[in-house]
Amino acid sequence: MSDWVHLAIVCVVLVPLFASPLAVIVGYRTFAFAIAWIASGLSLLCALILLMAVKDGTVLSYAMGGWAPPIGIEYRVDAANALVLVIVSAMAFITLPYSRETIRQEIATRHHTLFYACLMLCLTGLLGVTITGDAFNVFVFLEISSLATYVLVSLGAKNDKRALSAAYDYLILGTIGATFFVIGLGMIYQATGTLNMVDLAEKLSGMEENRTVRSAFAFLVIGMGLKVAIYPLHRWLPGAYAFAPSSISAFLAATSTKVAIYVLMRFMFSVYSVKFVFELDLLEYIVMPLAVLGMFVGSAVAVYQANIKRLLAFSSIAQIGYMLLGIGLVSVEGTTATMAHLFNHAVTKGALFLAVGAIIYRIGSPLVRDMEGIGRQMPWTGAAMVIGGLSLIGVPATAGFVSKWQLLFAAFEKGWWPISMLIVASSLIAVIYVWRIVETLYMKPVPAGRDVSEAPLSLLIPTWVLIIATIYFGIDANAILSISEVAARSMLEGGYLGDATIVGEVGR
Amino acid sequence: MSPNTLMILSLVIPLAASIMCLLLKNQHNLRDGLTFAATLALFATVLSMAFALEDGAKFSLNLVDFAPGISFAFEIERLGLMFALVASSLWVLTHIYGVGYMRGNNEKHHARFFACFAFAIFAALGIAYSANLLTLFLFYELLTVSTYPLVAHKGTPEAIRGARIYLGILMGTSIFFLLPAIVWTWSITGTMQFTPGGVFNGQISPLFMGILLGLYAFGIGKAALMPFHAWLPAAMVAPTPVSALLHAVAVVKAGVFSILKVGIYIFGIDNLYSTGSSEWLVWVAAGTIIIASLIAMAQDNLKKRLAYSTVSQLSYITLGVALATTTGALDGALHIVTHAFGKITLFMCAGAIYVATHKTEISDMNGLGRKMPFTYLAFGIGALSIIGLPPLAGSWSKWLLLITAAETNHQIVVGVLILSSLLNVVYLLPIFARGFYGGGVVQDGVPWRERIQEAPLFCVVPPCITAVCCLLIFFYAGTIEEFLIPITNVPGQ
Repeated sequence: MSDWVHLAIVCVVLVPLFASPLAVIVGYRTFAFAIAWIASGLSLLCALILLMAVKDGTVLSYAMGGWAPPIGIEYRVDAANALVLVIVSAMAFITLPYSRETIRQEIATRHHTLFYACLMLCLTGLLGVTITGDAFNVFVFLEISSLATYVLVSLGAKNDKRALSAAYDYLILGTIGATFFVIGLGMIYQATGTLNMVDLAEKLSGMEENRTVRSAFAFLVIGMGLKVAIYPLHRWLPGAYAFAPSSISAFLAATSTKVAIYVLMRFMFSVYSVKFVFELDLLEYIVMPLAVLGMFVGSAVAVYQANIKRLLAFSSIAQIGYMLLGIGLVSVEGTTATMAHLFNHAVTKGALFLAVGAIIYRIGSPLVRDMEGIGRQMPWTGAAMVIGGLSLIGVPATAGFVSKWQLLFAAFEKGWWPISMLIVASSLIAVIYVWRIVETLYMKPVPAGRDVSEAPLSLLIPTWVLIIATIYFGIDANAILSISEVAARSMLEGGYLGDATIVGEVGR
Repeated sequence: MSPNTLMILSLVIPLAASIMCLLLKNQHNLRDGLTFAATLALFATVLSMAFALEDGAKFSLNLVDFAPGISFAFEIERLGLMFALVASSLWVLTHIYGVGYMRGNNEKHHARFFACFAFAIFAALGIAYSANLLTLFLFYELLTVSTYPLVAHKGTPEAIRGARIYLGILMGTSIFFLLPAIVWTWSITGTMQFTPGGVFNGQISPLFMGILLGLYAFGIGKAALMPFHAWLPAAMVAPTPVSALLHAVAVVKAGVFSILKVGIYIFGIDNLYSTGSSEWLVWVAAGTIIIASLIAMAQDNLKKRLAYSTVSQLSYITLGVALATTTGALDGALHIVTHAFGKITLFMCAGAIYVATHKTEISDMNGLGRKMPFTYLAFGIGALSIIGLPPLAGSWSKWLLLITAAETNHQIVVGVLILSSLLNVVYLLPIFARGFYGGGVVQDGVPWRERIQEAPLFCVVPPCITAVCCLLIFFYAGTIEEFLIPITNVPGQ
C-alpha cells in the first residue's frame, strides 16, 4: 500500500503534466484524446488511493525531489485536499469523453490537440494547487491553471465571439487576483523567511500583531477571493462560464472555484491560525455578510437570465455563498458543511452544465426561450436537468440536500438561527429559477419546425454518471459527510500541521 | 410472507406500476388493465399488513444510513397503516374512475398521467411508513414533485399558473419552515425518530416549543392551514381524478397525517398539554375552519368550492391535535378516514358532471339531478357525510371532536364547530338541491339538458361505491377507533 501511496502522491500531478506536451506532440486528435483521458484516469486513481490513505485522519508528507522541507517543496495531503483532488480529477475524467463529441461543433479541428493539452495543463495546475504544502508553489500552479483556463475559455469563440472578451475579462481579473496573492506571499515571506505552510504556521503564531502579517492576510484573502468569485469579486465568472465550450463550463464550474475555496480555507485555518482569523472579526463582519449577499444576489440575478449558462453561473455564485457561510461559522460542523458542499455542488453543477451542453449541442442556442418543450424531445437530458435542478434547490435524496442539511445543522448548533432562515430563504429563490427551466422544458409547446432527437450516448453517459452520483450521494450521505468531517477537523484542529507520515525518501 | 416483505412489496407495487405506465406508452388497454391489477394487489397487501399488525407483527426496516445517527428507515404503526389503507383502497376506485374520466374527456398524455399517479401513491405510502422525520421529509417532497405534472396536466397557461402556485407554496413552506424545524429538533434532541410520548424532555421552554410547533404546522403546507392554503384551490385546475385522490386523500391527508405524527410522536400529546404550547394552534385552526367555509360559500366553481371545503375540513384534524388530548388526536385520525370517503365522493361526482356536461359552475347546474340521478344521489350522501349527519361516517368524527372541545373547556371552539356544520349545510346542500330545480338554457333550439345523460359507468360507479362506504363506516367507526387507540399509549405510563 505505501508503495502505491508513494507513487500516487507524485503521479497525481506529474501524469497530466507530461500528458499535456505529449498530446501536442502526437498531433492526432484521437491519440491526444486517448492520452488525456488515460492521464486523467490515472490521476483519478492516484487521488482515490490518496483519499483512502488519509480518510482516517493521517497526513501524508512527500518531499519533492528529496529536498527536505521547509527548504524543498513539500506535498502534503490530508483529507481536505485529498477530497478536492478526487473532485478535480474525477470531473476531468468524466467530462473528457463528453468534450470529444462537443468540441467537434465548438472548436476548429486544428485546435483539438491544443484543447486537450490545455485541459491537461489546467488539470495539472488545479491538482498542484491542491496538493502542495508550499505557499509559493500554490501560486505557481495557480498561474499554470489560470493561463490554461484563459485559453480554454477563449476557445469558445468559434460559435460566439463574446468568448474572447469573456476570456479577456477573466485574464485581467484573474491576474489581479494572482498579483494580490503573490504580494501577500511576498509580505509573509519577508516577515517570516519561509514559504512552507507548516513552517509558516509555526512562525506566524505569535506574530498576530505584526502589521505586515496582517496586511499580507488581506492581500491573500482578496487575491484568492477573486479566484473564488466571492461576491462582489465575481464579475469574471458568468462570462467565463457562459461562453466557454460546454465541457469546459462544466469542468470549471465543478473544479476551479472549489480549489480556490480550498486554498482560502487552507490559508485561513492552517497557515494563519483559526485564532488569528477569529480575532480579526473578519469572518463575522466581512466574510459572512458577503456570503449572505452572494447567496441572495446570485440567486436573484439568476432568475432573470436569458442565457441558461449564465443562469447556472449566477447560481454558482449563490452556492459559493453557502460554502463561505460554512467557513464563516468557524466550527467543525460548518467547515464540514463547506467541504461536503464542495463535493456535492461540483457533482450537481457539473451534471447540470453537461445536460445544458447536450441541449445546446442539439439546438445550437443557449437561450432559455429556445429550449421550449425540449424535455419532450430529449427526455433523458430533460430528466437530468430536473434532477440536477432539484439538487440545487436541496430536495431530499439529492446531493444538494445533504450539504444544506449540514449547513443548517451547523447554524443551529451555533445558535445562529437567523442565518439558518437566510439559508432556507435563498433556496426558495433557487426554486424560482429552477422551476423557470422546468416549465420551459416541459410545459411549453415544442416550436414548429424544430425536429431534434435525444443527445448522443457519448453526452448522455457522462451526464447521467454525475446525475446518478447526485442521487447516490444524496441518499448515502455518510460517505461524504464523514470524510468532510475528518477534513474539517484537520483544518480547524491543526491536524494538517501535526505529525505527518513521511512518504518516500528525504535528503538523498 | 414476513412483515417486512409485505411492506417492501407494498412500496414496490406502485413504483413498478409507475414505471410500467411509462413503458407501455401506447398500449392503453394493457397499461390501464395492469395498473388496475396493481391497485388491487396493493390494497390486498396493505390489508394483509393490517391483519398482521393486529396479530402483533412488527414492521421495521432500516434502509440506508444518511449520516451518523440518522437513517432512512421505515416503521409502521397503526396511524400510518390506517393512512396507507385509506390511500390504497381509494386508489382502486380512483383508478377505475380515472380511466373513465381520461377517456371520456379525451385528455392527453395518459401514460404520464397514470405513471405520476402511481408514483404519488408510492410517495404517500412512504410518508405513512416513515420511521423518522428525515424519511418523512423525503417522501413529502417526492409527493410534491410527483404531483406537479398532474396539476399542470392540461398544459394551458391557467394550468401552469395553478401548478406554479401549488409547487411554490408546498415546496416553499416545506423548505422555509419544515426543514429548519426538523434540523432544529435534531440539533436539540439528537434524534428524529418517531417516539411514543415525544422526543422532548424539557430541553426547550414552552415558548420555543410553541414556535417549533408553528414551524411544523405551517411547514407542513399540505395541511393547508391558513394563510398557506392557496395551493389547494389553485390545484383544482388538475383533471378531476387528481383532485379526487390527491387533493381529497393522498396529498392533503399526507399533510394532516404528518401533523398528527409530529404532534403525537415528536412533541407528545401530554407534553403539548402540560406546556400549553399548542393553544395558539387551536385558534388558527378554528379560524381556518370558519374563514374557509365562508370563502367556500362565495365560490361558484364547483371544484373550487369543494377545495375550500377541504381546507376547512383539514383544520378539524389539526384542531384535534392542537386540543392536546389523546381523544382529540384520535378524533383527528378518525376524521382522516371519514372525510376522505366523503370528499372523494363529492369530487368524483363533480368530475362525472363535468364529463357528462362540461359544466364547472354551480349556477349552470340547475336541473341536472333529474338526468343524472345516481351521480346526484352519491353527491347527496357525500355532502351529508361531510356535514356530519348520522347515519353517515362524518358524524362520528365531528361529534367526538365536539365532545373533546367541550371537555377541554374550549367553549368557543364548540361554537365554531357547530357554526361550521351549519356553513357546510349552506354551501353543500344547495348544489344538491339545484340539481332538481330550475329551468334550462336553450342552445341550438333545444334545452341543452335534453342531450344530457349519466356519465360513463366508469365515472359513476366509483362515487356510488364510496357513498356506500360512507354509510358503512358509520357502523364500523368503533372498529377503526379501537384499532387506533394504541397510538396514544405512552410506554411507561
